[in-house]
Order: sequence, then C-alpha cells, then structure tokens
Amino acid sequence: MGIEEAPSGFLLTSIEDLAGYFRKASLWPVTFGLACCAIEMMAAGASRFDLSRFGMEVFRASPRQADLMIVAGRVSQKMAPVVRQVYDQMSEPKWVLSMGVCASSGGMFNNYAIVQGVDHIVPVDIYLPGCPPRPEMLINAILALHEQIGDEPLGVNRKEAAKAAEAKALEATPTFQMKGMLR
Amino acid sequence: MSPANDGTTPAPQPEEVSGPRSADLVSGAHAPHTLEVVEVRTGMFGTHGSGDTSGYGGLVQPVAMPGASARPYGSWFDEVVDVLAEVLAEAGTRFDDAIERVVVDPPGEHAELTLHVHRDHLVQVSQALRDDQDLRFELSLGVSGVHYPHDVGRELHAVYHLTSITHGRSLRLEVAVPDADPHVPSTTSVYPTNDWHERETWDFFGIVFDGHPALARIEMPDDWPGHPQRKDYPLGGIPVEYKGATVPPPDTRRSYS
Amino acid sequence: MSTSAEQETPRTAPRSTRPPVGDFDAGVPSFEASGGDWADITESAVAAAALGEERIVVNMGPQHPSTHGVLRLMLEIDGETVTEARCGIGYLHTGIEKNMEYRTWTQGVTFCTRMDYLAPIFQETAYCLAVEKLLGITADVPERASVIRVLMMELNRVASHLVCLGTGGNEMGATTVMTIGFTAREEILRIFEAVTGLRMNNAYVRPGGVSTDVPPDLVEQVRSTLPTVRSYLSQLGDLMLANPIFKGRLVGVGHLSLAGCMALGVTGPVLRSTGLPYDVRKSDPYCGYETYDFDVPTADGADCYDRVVLRLEECYQSLKIVEQCLERLEASAGQPVMVGDRKIAWPAQLAVGSDGQGNSLDHIKEIMGTSMEALIHHFKLVTEGFRVPVGQAWQTIEHPRGEMGVHLVSDGGTRPYRAHFRDPSFNNLQAVAAMCEGGQVADVVVAVASLDPVLGGVDR
Repeated sequence: MGIEEAPSGFLLTSIEDLAGYFRKASLWPVTFGLACCAIEMMAAGASRFDLSRFGMEVFRASPRQADLMIVAGRVSQKMAPVVRQVYDQMSEPKWVLSMGVCASSGGMFNNYAIVQGVDHIVPVDIYLPGCPPRPEMLINAILALHEQIGDEPLGVNRKEAAKAAEAKALEATPTFQMKGMLR
Repeated sequence: MSPANDGTTPAPQPEEVSGPRSADLVSGAHAPHTLEVVEVRTGMFGTHGSGDTSGYGGLVQPVAMPGASARPYGSWFDEVVDVLAEVLAEAGTRFDDAIERVVVDPPGEHAELTLHVHRDHLVQVSQALRDDQDLRFELSLGVSGVHYPHDVGRELHAVYHLTSITHGRSLRLEVAVPDADPHVPSTTSVYPTNDWHERETWDFFGIVFDGHPALARIEMPDDWPGHPQRKDYPLGGIPVEYKGATVPPPDTRRSYS
Repeated sequence: MSTSAEQETPRTAPRSTRPPVGDFDAGVPSFEASGGDWADITESAVAAAALGEERIVVNMGPQHPSTHGVLRLMLEIDGETVTEARCGIGYLHTGIEKNMEYRTWTQGVTFCTRMDYLAPIFQETAYCLAVEKLLGITADVPERASVIRVLMMELNRVASHLVCLGTGGNEMGATTVMTIGFTAREEILRIFEAVTGLRMNNAYVRPGGVSTDVPPDLVEQVRSTLPTVRSYLSQLGDLMLANPIFKGRLVGVGHLSLAGCMALGVTGPVLRSTGLPYDVRKSDPYCGYETYDFDVPTADGADCYDRVVLRLEECYQSLKIVEQCLERLEASAGQPVMVGDRKIAWPAQLAVGSDGQGNSLDHIKEIMGTSMEALIHHFKLVTEGFRVPVGQAWQTIEHPRGEMGVHLVSDGGTRPYRAHFRDPSFNNLQAVAAMCEGGQVADVVVAVASLDPVLGGVDR
C-alpha cells in the first residue's frame, strides 16, 4: 500500500511500532574491529558488498555517536575492560552484535587468554557464527537485527519482555542435559 | 605434554638414556656428549591410572634433545666456531668456558648450528658474533623461551636466532638457566631489537633479563599471576557444552603421549 | 579545574590548553585509563606542568579507528609535537602458541593461520617448512606443491599490501583509496576461495605439501583476474603517487635510517626503503624462489612515501612471479601435491560433493567398504597424527611485513613441544618511538600505517 492510497489521511499505529520502524533504519555502528572479523567487517563496508545500501556505511569512531557495537573478533582478557568501557560510553538505546565464533563463544581459542564469549561482559543481541563470517553473513545478521529492533517493545512492555525472557532462560534445560539428536 | 611426573618415579638420569630416538637421531652420535632429558613419557596411548589394558602402561621412555656434535661440523659451521674461539681467546675467555657445547642438528643439508652459551658469557659472545667482520651476525631475530621441566637444573632455555646479512648465515644461541635462579643477562645493549622479545619471554616464561631497561609484562595484563606459556601453567580452557555432552578443554582430554 | 591553581600559575605565554593541575587535587573524583605505567606518566606530566612546561599525555587506542586494530599508543605531546611515543600491545593476545602445544602437527596449521590474519598463507608455509625440516622431508615435497605455495603466497602478498595501502589511505581520509584496495582484494579472495574454500584463515598448506590440488580451471581464472588487479593497482598509483596532498602528508615523514632499522631489527619494506635489498626470498631461498625471475625493489628516501611506492612495486613483482607459477602449474598438471609418504600425507582427498563440501566419495567407499586397514590407518593418522623426530628447527620466510621466523621444538611426539613465531609486525612496532618522536601528532598515524602492523600477528 502506497502512502497515497491511505483512505482518509490517517494512519493508526502504536508508538512502539513507529519508534521501532525509525530506529531500525538508523543504526550507526561503532568501529570496533578486533581481529580477523574486522577485516571482513571492513570488506562489508567496501564496494563489493556495500553496507551503505542499508544505511550503515558510516562507522562512527566515537562510541558516543554510535548505537551498534559489532564485536568483531576474539576478546582477550586484557581487552575485556576496554570493550565494556566502549559499551558503557554508547548512548541508549544500543545493541551488540557478536561477530564470529571467538566473540560469541571463545571458538577454537579455549584457553587462558581469551574471554569465552563476549556475553560475559556485555549483553549480546545477536550472535553471528563463522570464522570469519563472510560479509554477506554480516549483512544478513544486521538485517535480522533490524527486524529485532523493529519489533522491540518500549517502556513497561520492554521490562516485562525482559523479565519473561529471563524466567524462560532460567527454566530451560541446560544444553548438555538435553537428549536426542544434535539438532 | 604428557601429565607431569607425579614424583613416584624419578626422572631417568642422562647415563640411563638409551631410547631409539635419543642417540640415533643425533648427528655424530659416537662423540662424547651429555644428553638433556626434556620429557619423560609414560604409557603409550594416553590413558593413565586405571583402565589401561594396552600393556604399555608401565613403559617409561625418556626423551633427550640432540647432544653435542663432533667435528667436523660441516658447511660453514667449523669456520664460524673457529673464528669465535679466536675472538674469545683474544679477550681472554676460554672457548669451553663460554660455549658449553656445539650442536649441529637436524642431520642433512638443512642442519642448523646451535651454540649452547653459558649465561655469564652471553653478552660477550653475542658482541663478538655481531662485531667481528668474519662473523657479522648483525640481525637478531628475537628471543624464544622454552620450558623443559624435566631438564633438572636447566629448566628454562632462552633461544636467540641471529642472522648475518653480510655472509648469508644464521645460527642459534641457547642459554639454559635453572628455574630457581632464572636470571639471564640482557642482550639489549648488543641488539636493541631484543627489547620487546625479552619482555615477551619474561612475560610468558618468567626468565629475568638482568640489565633490561624496562622488564615489564608486554602481552598479558600487568596484574596477571604466573607465566602462561610454562609447562606447569595450565592451558586454562573451560569445558564446552554441547547438546547431550560436555567436551573437556584440550589439556585435560585423553591424548596420545 | 580549581580556580586557585589557575591563579598560582603565572600566565607568561599564551597556551593552547591549561595545565591539568587541578584534576589531580585530592578529593576530586577523576576517571582515567588504568593499568601499566599510566599513573606514573600522568604524575610526571603533572610535575612537569607545575614547572611551567606544557606536557600532555594522550592515550590513543586500543580502540581507535586509525591504529590498525587494537594498538595502544601513549603519546606525550607538546602542542602539536610528539615528544615521546610508546606502544602498548597485548590487547589481542590469543595464546595461539600455547594452544598449538595441545594439537597435532597438522592441526597446528589451523592455529597459526589465524595469527596475522591478512597474510595467513605465510604463517602456514613458514610453519610447514619448519615441520618438514624437522621431519627431514624438505627435498621430498613435490614440485607442484611448492609452485602452488609460491602462487598462493604471492597472491596473498598482493592482497596484504592492498589492505595496507587501502587502510593507510583511509586513515588519512582518502576513502577512495580504501574502496579501491578492498575491491581489488576481493578479486584475489575469489581465487583463494576457489582454491581453499575460504576467503581468510585458509589452513591450506599442510606439512608435506598442500591439502588439495587446485581446481582444473584455476589457471584461466587467475589469468583473467590478473589484468583486473593490475588496473586497480594502477588506479591506486594514479591516485596516490603524484597527489600533492598525499605527498605532503607522507614525504619525509616517519624517517628511519638503515642504522636504525638494523639496530631495531626492522625488516621488510621499511628496511628496503633505506636502500638495502634484503629479502629472504633472495638471501635464503625456500620453496624454490631461486628459480623465479623477480626483482627486489628498493628506495632511498626511508620515509613513508617511499614505503608506499615500494609496496606498489612489490605487488607488480609478485604478479610477475604469479605468471611464472601459472606456466609451471600448466606444465605440472596431474602431478602430486603431497609427499608420497603415506605416514604423513592424509589419505583423504578432498572433493566437492553434492552439498558443496566434503571428502572424496571414492575414498569413503574404500575405507568403509573394502579395506579395514585403510580405515584404521586413516583414523590413526587423523586423530593421533604423525610423530616428528626430537630436535628444534628455525625457518624464516619473507612475509609482506618483513622477515618472519618460526621456531619449533619437538619432543618426538605427535604435537609440538613449543612453537614460537617471530612476527615481523611485533618487532617492527618497536620502531614507533624512533619514527614518531619529534614529529606532529597527525604524522603518528601515517608512520604507524607505513609500518603496517597487524595486531593479530603482534600479539598472537
């Protein structure tokens, strides 16, 4: 439906939907490249993949101006406080995309030096597997995050949704106690 | 690494060493040499304690690094050793005092020259190697540490790789120090490039480089306890949970020793 | 800022900023980056400020858009002049060397490829050459495997230099340089993907050869790609080399003389920009480099501009080697790419299955259907791995950033006893102080970019 065909010049929607609609299309990522994934993140912003098709080519150098942190690469114990500080400096609302297995779970580096998943430090909204993920995968993850942002509740609803999600996670069977096939 | 010796069986001493992989692989195996036991392997298939029905559970196999080589070393190695002995003699140092042994290994055309240097003479030897016009090893390619917990009294090794752009040669210096007294003189006065490499070796192995301008941790956070790449420092992984299973970190898994 | 401190400080000369005395008064809460000698540095800066000197310490990084990753620079500045520059590294320390001690010799490739993620093939090749030296099979590696290694390394060198030039340009505000560099790199990554299945972190080179032969149409694919890469390189050259703004930023900046390079052990394009044609491919050839026809470009300006020129020229030389590799690949079609020793070479032949990945169906039929011994052999070799004789080996190769060395120690087991990588970026970063001190703050970015450090390799 084009906007010209709106029958009476009125559109009824909820503030949540409207805010989500605006927010999802105006993400500004902070430049937070750590390792290999950062190169693929840069490739995603360059000509062949062209992240600017989705209005996201402006990577902000300052976390104060950004609302999406793409944690691209392995997070070492020494880097962890810096990651948290950058996250704290970003203004609300903000989202975190954990790019690659190292950021998501520690990946193949299960050792003394690497934080086993950046979700130990900052809340993660979307995980992207791959070592490193291809630029197409990053773009796909960002589009999935867009959808997530578009559907995000506000205010009281948001708190309730968070509580419900937490209760559900606490009740869930731990992965290693699940039975049956791997999937 | 196979699990550490639990103390019930003493590590075999050098004269007992007669494994097939100790003497045969050493070039000049008939020359008198001392062997350094670097590892003591027990069993065969990685099972320890109960459950080993392989029949190899009682096998104890010491592993020794290649011992000292005999002359002629081959290639340009003899010339370099001779010139170095000459330069050291001019400065009043006996070659045998400074150089504990000369090892040429692995056998074949890709042999590498290793000079095991006594730590008191390390700076003097590297100065001679850098400055003499027939040696002229002007480029240092850094310091690498190795921890051999079974090489009793010489647990920590600092390994230096030097390259001569002038003559197109490269050799290795190795300094061994006991874990109880891990002091090696710093070579930054001769090779300023070793600055960060020595800091890294201190960080990972706890070798103290005396005379280094600022021996601080470089890779790990400043308040990190321990030296993570030593053999007695665990890998530090966590068990990984999958659906219906938990996989332990690599250092606690069963492995082939 | 307390007003009393301002009154005490005599205003003899105009200042660009006020001395930071008041911030350190007792009882005033302040926030600062902690760790290391940061506190000492700030205290000494305060002491200097009290003496009337204008001394400001600026912390650049570890998260900063123009530090090539997670490099932290601590700059002491006087106005716009850098009086002291120090590096803080370790923010990407991954423990790869220790992790390799718990994996088989073949699996080690998977780890070392992730060190310097812009030049994965170089770490793999250096590591495999060192393992081959320990095994004593250097001469047994098939000719075709060496040719493929050289082809991949030289393409990788071009890709790495393209990123160096591109990000270096981006850091100076020239976004077009970056987009051209990355677009040209995509062309090379397409070849990598055809050969190894991956764009980065390839784990393609294995001890004894390479994991699988190149696809049959690779030679045509590379031949058709080379003109495109050349045209992108010439675009970069047109955009940068005679550009007055570019030259204004780079000429004479980040000077490091030959003596400085030798003392600090700096190798690679930075050393060659002082006029010394030192290249491991020529001085200590490996993989048959002595049989290829190429030049080692040098310059004598020893500044950032010359390093850009050198990197571009090295790209052209690499493409020249690639063309020679293609001829040899055509001549050696069908020859093995792995040593004949079945105790080292993995039996599995990779083949593209109906799902786009997987092992050869013929091989699976053999081990699952006809030969139990083949199955046992396959299982033992893949899970346990091969044993490597006791000893230590050292192998150096010419990495895009300088001389890379691999030190391997074997205890005769199936896993490395110790693996150490002498990464050129780690060593070259020591030169930051020598190159930046006395220059402008803006020149620091240019000087660091001309060293081209990749922090994955620095911290490992």
